[in-house]
Amino acid sequence: MKRKSRAAEKVIELAIALVAMSTIASILLIFLFVIKEALPIFTSAKTQAEASLARFFSTAIWQPVSDWPRYGLAPLILGTLKVTFVALLFAIPVGVGAALFTSEFAPRKAKEFLKPIVEILAGIPSVVLGFFALIVLASLLQNAFGYGSRLNAFNAGIALSFAVIPTIFTISEDALAAVPKSLREASLALGADRWQTAWRVTLPGAQAGILASILLGLGRAIGETMIVLMASGNASLLTASLFDSTRSLSATIAAELGEVVFGDPHYNTLFFIGTLLFTMTFFVNLGAGMMVDRLKRKLAGKL
Amino acid sequence: MAKRRFSLPILVTAIMTAVIVGIVFAILGNIFWFGHAHLSWEFLSTAPREGMTAGGIFPAIFGTVALVLLMTVAVVPIGVVTAIYLSEYARETSPLTRAVRLAVSNLAGVPSIVFGLFGLGFFIQFMGAGIDRTFHLEFTFNQPCLLWAAMTLAVLNLPVVIVTTEEALKQVPEDYRHASLALGASKWQTIWRVILPQALPGILTGAILAVSRGAGEVAPIMFTGAAYYLPYLPHALSDQFMELGYHVYVMATQSPDVEATKPILYGTVFVLLAVTFLLNLSAIALRSVLRRRFAGT
Repeated sequence: MKRKSRAAEKVIELAIALVAMSTIASILLIFLFVIKEALPIFTSAKTQAEASLARFFSTAIWQPVSDWPRYGLAPLILGTLKVTFVALLFAIPVGVGAALFTSEFAPRKAKEFLKPIVEILAGIPSVVLGFFALIVLASLLQNAFGYGSRLNAFNAGIALSFAVIPTIFTISEDALAAVPKSLREASLALGADRWQTAWRVTLPGAQAGILASILLGLGRAIGETMIVLMASGNASLLTASLFDSTRSLSATIAAELGEVVFGDPHYNTLFFIGTLLFTMTFFVNLGAGMMVDRLKRKLAGKL
Repeated sequence: MAKRRFSLPILVTAIMTAVIVGIVFAILGNIFWFGHAHLSWEFLSTAPREGMTAGGIFPAIFGTVALVLLMTVAVVPIGVVTAIYLSEYARETSPLTRAVRLAVSNLAGVPSIVFGLFGLGFFIQFMGAGIDRTFHLEFTFNQPCLLWAAMTLAVLNLPVVIVTTEEALKQVPEDYRHASLALGASKWQTIWRVILPQALPGILTGAILAVSRGAGEVAPIMFTGAAYYLPYLPHALSDQFMELGYHVYVMATQSPDVEATKPILYGTVFVLLAVTFLLNLSAIALRSVLRRRFAGT
C-alpha cells in the first residue's frame, strides 16, 4: 500500500512538471511558428525577388500592394521609434514622479486612493484607449497645438503613454517601497530634508527597479498595436516631424494581415516584422529581468 | 527650513500624480457621459442593422462571452498546475525551474499582435490543417474560428493565471503544510485537500483577471476568429464570431457614416468598460478575502 502510494506521488509530480513545461513549449512554439512563416525571405529565390533583407533596407518606401510592390521597412521602423519616443518622453517623468510622490510623500489615505486609480488605468483595454485617442484626444491636441494632420505620431505617442504609465508607476513604486526604512531615517537624522532624502537616497537605492520599469514600459510601447493603429493615421512616411501621420511595425501587421495572400512575399514580410518585434521585446524584457534580479540581490545582500 | 512639508520638487511629483488621476477621470468621464445615454435593453439584445449605424450589439456580447469561457476552460487548469509546480515542487536552483520562470516572464512580454501571428501560423495553419486532414474535413478548422481565437488568448493569458495563482499559494502559511504532512498526509493530498482550498479565492482572482484581459484584447483575435459582421450567432467551435473589442475597432475606423455610428460606438465602449471593471472589481474583492483569511497567521 505504502509503496503504491509513493509511486502514485511520483507520477503526479512528474505530470505536474510536464504541464509546467508547457510554458517553455509555448514560448518556443511562438518563436518557431512566427519565424517559420518568415523563413522564405531567407531561403526562397522566388520570395527574394520581391522581399529580401537587402530589399527591406534599399528602398525608403513601404508599398506592398501594387504592381511593383516595395517593402522598405525604414518608414515603419521610424514610425515605431517616433511613437515610442513620445510615449516614453511623457510616461517616464509622469510615472516615476507619481511613484516617488506615492511612496515618499503622499499621506496614507491618498495612497489607498492612488493605487487603485492606476490599476483602473492598467485595466482599460487598449482598444478603448485607441478609441479615446481617435475620437477625443486627437481633436483636443490638434486644437491645442494647431498642427495639420489630426492623427499623427504625437497623438499616438500620448495615447500610448496611458498604457505605459501603469507599468512604470507600479514597478517603480514597488522598488521605492522596497528601499529599507533605515536608509531614509539615517538621511533625515543627518539633517537632509524630505526631498533631499527622496532624491539622493531613496531614488538611487531603487535605481535598478526604476530602470527595469522603464525597460518594461519600452517593451510594451514597441509591441502595443491597437492604440497606434487607431491613433497614428497609418501613413508610412519617412519624415522627421512628430506631427506627421505615421505607421508603426505592429500596426502594419494588424492593418495588412487580413487582406494578404497566404505564402505571398507580403505575407512572409509581415511575419518577418513579427519576428523583429518578438526579438526586440524579448531582449528588452530580458534586460528588465536582469535589472530586477540585481535589485533583489542588492536588497538581500549588500544593504 | 526642514519644517516645510511640501517643497517645490515635491509639488512637481504631486502634479505628476494629479496628471494620472486626471487622465483616468477624463477617459472614464467622457465614456460614461456619452455612453450611458445609449444603453437600453434593445441595444443589448438586438443585432446591428443598416451597416452598423443602427441596432444593438447582442452578437458581439454573445461572442465575447463564448470566447472568454472557452479560453478560461483552457488556461485555468494549465496555469494552476504550473503555479502548483512553481510553488510546491520546484527547487529554485534547478535549471528546469529557472527555464519555466524565464518562459513565464517572457511570455508576459510578447506583444499581443505577435500572438495573433502565432495563432494564425500555429493553430490555424498547422493544428487546424492537421485536424482537417485527419478527419477529412474541408476548411473546418483550417480557418479563423472561435476555437483558435480562444486558444490564442489562452496562451496569452497563461502568465496572468500562473503569477496570481502562485502568489495565492505562497500566501498559505507553511504551518498548514507541516501540520498536514505531520498527520500523515502525502504531499499531493496536502496540496489537493489543504492548500488548494485555502488558495481558492486567489485562484479565482487569476481566472477573473484573465477573463477581464481576454475580453479586451483585440490584436490576437482579429486574424484568428473575430468577424467584422455576422448575420448569425456562432453555434460551433469552427464558427467565426463577433466580439466587443473588435466591434469597437471596426466601428471606430471603418464605419460608412461616422456621425451616425458615434452613439452606438460610445454605447459599445461603455459596455466593454463596464464588463472589464466589474470583473476587475470582483478580482480585487476576492484578493482581499484571501488577505483577511491569513491576516492573523
